[in-house]
Amino acid sequence: MSIALFRIDDRLIHGQVVVGWGQSLGIGFIVLVDDEVRASDWEQELYRMGVPADVTVIFASVDEGIAQLAAWQADPRRGIVLTGDIAAMARLAEGSHGVDAVNVGGIHFRDGRRERVRYVYLSDEEAAALARLGERGVEVAAQDVPTGRKVPLAELVR
Amino acid sequence: MSEQPLVGVVLAHEAIANAFVAAVNAITGEAEGLLPVSNAGCDRAAIEDRLARAVAGRPAVIFTDLPGGSCAFGAAAYARSHPEVAVVTGVNLAMLLDFAFHRTGTPAEARERALATGRGAIAAPGAPGRAAG
Repeated sequence: MSIALFRIDDRLIHGQVVVGWGQSLGIGFIVLVDDEVRASDWEQELYRMGVPADVTVIFASVDEGIAQLAAWQADPRRGIVLTGDIAAMARLAEGSHGVDAVNVGGIHFRDGRRERVRYVYLSDEEAAALARLGERGVEVAAQDVPTGRKVPLAELVR
Repeated sequence: MSEQPLVGVVLAHEAIANAFVAAVNAITGEAEGLLPVSNAGCDRAAIEDRLARAVAGRPAVIFTDLPGGSCAFGAAAYARSHPEVAVVTGVNLAMLLDFAFHRTGTPAEARERALATGRGAIAAPGAPGRAAG
């Protein structure tokens, strides 16, 4: 499988993704599936600057992600597909085939959210959305870095 | 040229910013214009909120660590809508020490000075064929 990691991370492309996971997995491309960034040339330029020259960055809307996922899966390089929130990853998973595991990498504090692990805060609605992904057969777990403990869905939603 | 002294904000991962500011203070006693901001526990919006509180509308230079990190992205996004703010990545102690004594001029001028000072401090003392920095 070409997509080595489907990750939800509200910091989008950043050190843990590029260095932590990117180095560990030996990735050749990162797909950022985010409607807002897809519509912003300057944000795309910004995120490109943060990625090594030998790693391709692809920006896609959620709809484009649904349409393109099969092609990314067929890429001979390994890649990471990244969304900034649960809703975008859920739409991607529901609208396509191949999202069999989701890594919850970072969802930080906001009003209405409760700490589940140090780097994951969820509202009840967000926890329910993750649970629905799990019910669809997607393996959902939190793990900030490759050497961190993989926290199962049950611990995130209780 | 800005009338008031520039503010320096060190925006970095976890505890790095506090450590940098503490080091500048220990070496120079001149850390008054340098503020630490950590990205710990922050999403992108929260990083920009912390930055806004630290800058507080003053002309400033933001010193961040990893070029491809959330701090650098947050700083760049903030600076885009705040023309009196300049951003430097790859912060090191040498550029902060120099900044502590050169807080006049525009943020852009201070940024260029920080880049030159910071790059000049990267050396390989003792390596064959290389002069110590």
